[in-house]
Amino acid sequence: MSKIERIGGNVAGYVDDRTGAAKWLRKNLTKVFPDHWSFMLGEVVLYSFIILLLSGTFLTFWFDPSQREVIYQGSYEPLKDIKMSAAYASTLHISFDVRGGLLMRQIHHWAALIFMAGMIAHLMRVFFTGAFRKPREANWLIGVGLVTLGIVEGFLGYSLPDDLLSGTGIRIAEAIIQALPVVGSYLAFFAFGGAFPGEAFIPRIFTVHVLLLPGIFLALITVHLMLVWYQKHTQYPGPGRTEKNVVGYPLMPIYMAKAGGFFFIVFGVTALLGAVASINPIWLYGPYNPGQISAGSQPDFYMGWLDGLVRMAPPIETHAFGHTISWNILIPGLIIPGILFTLMAVYPFIESWMTGDKSEHHILERPRNNPNRTAIGAMSLAFILVVLINGGNDIIATNFHLTINQIMWFTRIGVIVIPPLVFVITKRICLSLQRADREKVLHGRETGRLVMLPHGEFVEVHEELTPEQKFTLTQHEQPAALVVPNADANGVLNPQGLKGKIRARFSQAHVEQIQAPTESEAKALEGGHH
Amino acid sequence: MVRINSGIKKISRYRRHRFAGPALLVVALISLGATFQVASALPSTTKMETTVKSTQIEEGKRIFALGCSSCHGLNAEGGSIAPSLIGVGAASVDFQVGTGRMPMQDMSQQAMRKKPIYNAEETAALAAYVASLAPGPDVINEAQLTYERDGNTAEGGELFRTNCAMCHNFAGQGGALSQGKYAPTLMGVEAKHIYEAMITGPQSMPVFSDKTITPEEKLSIIKWIKAAESEPNLGGASLGRVGPVTEGLLVWTLGLGLLIGIAVWLTAKAK
Repeated sequence: MSKIERIGGNVAGYVDDRTGAAKWLRKNLTKVFPDHWSFMLGEVVLYSFIILLLSGTFLTFWFDPSQREVIYQGSYEPLKDIKMSAAYASTLHISFDVRGGLLMRQIHHWAALIFMAGMIAHLMRVFFTGAFRKPREANWLIGVGLVTLGIVEGFLGYSLPDDLLSGTGIRIAEAIIQALPVVGSYLAFFAFGGAFPGEAFIPRIFTVHVLLLPGIFLALITVHLMLVWYQKHTQYPGPGRTEKNVVGYPLMPIYMAKAGGFFFIVFGVTALLGAVASINPIWLYGPYNPGQISAGSQPDFYMGWLDGLVRMAPPIETHAFGHTISWNILIPGLIIPGILFTLMAVYPFIESWMTGDKSEHHILERPRNNPNRTAIGAMSLAFILVVLINGGNDIIATNFHLTINQIMWFTRIGVIVIPPLVFVITKRICLSLQRADREKVLHGRETGRLVMLPHGEFVEVHEELTPEQKFTLTQHEQPAALVVPNADANGVLNPQGLKGKIRARFSQAHVEQIQAPTESEAKALEGGHH
Repeated sequence: MVRINSGIKKISRYRRHRFAGPALLVVALISLGATFQVASALPSTTKMETTVKSTQIEEGKRIFALGCSSCHGLNAEGGSIAPSLIGVGAASVDFQVGTGRMPMQDMSQQAMRKKPIYNAEETAALAAYVASLAPGPDVINEAQLTYERDGNTAEGGELFRTNCAMCHNFAGQGGALSQGKYAPTLMGVEAKHIYEAMITGPQSMPVFSDKTITPEEKLSIIKWIKAAESEPNLGGASLGRVGPVTEGLLVWTLGLGLLIGIAVWLTAKAK
């Protein structure tokens, strides 16, 4: 035993004697995690959050969150002697007069986009594999909360520099607040401390952006990760994987190394983007002035779908009892997003109600093996994509020589027609994939190798799958539809009424499956190779 | 005194000479002719210019009849598909023809900038012809484009954001208007043409008269546009200077694409 080992052992022993940490550490450092690229999407989000904290802290050293009017005297010539807010001037200062400031600003903003894109990708992974099922509903809810807060946090972040583009965004936010019937105007006055734009808003959202929301994020992320730790990670189906075990590698040393390395990779990619690609060039936008507006004013992508909804809304307003209700803002700006996020949050509960499934799930589903859910997800994505396209309609129009009006009408009709179409098509594709799986299990993989038999017949050689592959393709449960009785024991018809009927209908739709091959079917084919 | 008297006397001695009359006539004619020659020198060049101008107008009229009249009418009076050009002025012609917008290639929503079809001389002839129909804004010449000296970039930027950015985008990259019309990019446009566009209001663009935006302010706007054009991309690849749409596209393709690619690599099973 070397001297260093002995000292290390003594220190560890000292700590262990007083805290009993060794047992706890052994248990947790050897915790096993399954290995799959899609399980690293959440890590992307976590790491970009850390990057956001670090780069954001750097930016606060120079950022002055004030709408006090100053005259710019910095080194960016095209804005010299222009009146602007101190917030904008200090952002220019960070960009041009602080060493590494522009790089940090760009890293911060790219990290924010990666944070949001990563969250959405992670959410999609969790949804399409059914990872939100019991016992993980609470973590799903936390995730939905994080996405919602992420959108708000991002919006507040890019609003802080008080440039022409972000000021336009704040103006729209004000309009959305005002669209609330009756209380809207009062709330807007409250938020802005008077009439728009006032001097209060930037300092207020600064506090929310750097203190309140990051604090909530930290708390929610901690709970999110603790739940993952406690409930264990889900895993994809495969031989040897059950609902009672987790197959993978231990945290120490494999995942410590992988995850640690991946953090630096995420940081590297973010820094690469920050170094080579311009983002939010506020010096080109100019300072905010309510009398000015630029063509192609768009929000960041995670708000873009909201902008697209507002852009496609027909101009409907009603005036009643001395109040104006702007349906054209209220519906796309508040009601539809409200419905969407509520549906997303309660989806795990809806699904379990539809299927009557109350059991725990730790093995993920392949998206094709739950065609109804996959189709619902694809339908939602189609909806968001269509409205997102409308959010960038002017940029698309000029670049592809289309007209804004064409795009608007395409998306107005498309937002109603395309999602159901996508639902039907996705469901059919999933069922076809199931059929293909069934074929593969029963008849093997088509090798593309043609063989001529002695009597002149050509056959394609099918290669039988390995037992492991067969298991993976056939292990999934195929529950039957819920049976809603027509009459109860006392002969009362439709004991659950309409609700029961709807539930039975949903359940039927949800269990539509291609029968996975059974043992006996496989046996029957054996020997009869063709 | 005596000598002068004697000189005058000498001349006056010949006053009754028989050639005195003709000699005086010759002197008078020569001086009159010389005076006339000198006096007529300026009027004679004016006359020449008028002749040149009228040939230019003739030439313009000829080109107009060949290239423009099918839409704008034989006398530029306009038609069902093209506006009257009476009173639009030379500046308008110089802008539309000089930037290749006119003659139009097809009847799309709006004439687009392309390689000019007529050379400078022909454009000038057309401008002269249209200007001869009725007075209108004149072609902007180099001497008026003193934006480098008289313009103020920062002030131009403010004016641009107030008056131009709503259609042409914050960096002059252009933007979409309704029904397929668009505000074109201002990058690579000659200063002269920017100025002429402001005073003639081509297509969907309003006219910015000298009362709305003074000539000095126009020069400032041009100076800012030229500064924006030559400004290096300070933050790296510009992504088209069109705002967050291309940024979002990049993060979903390159950003997340790279990260997922690396994640796949990290979790790949050793073969």
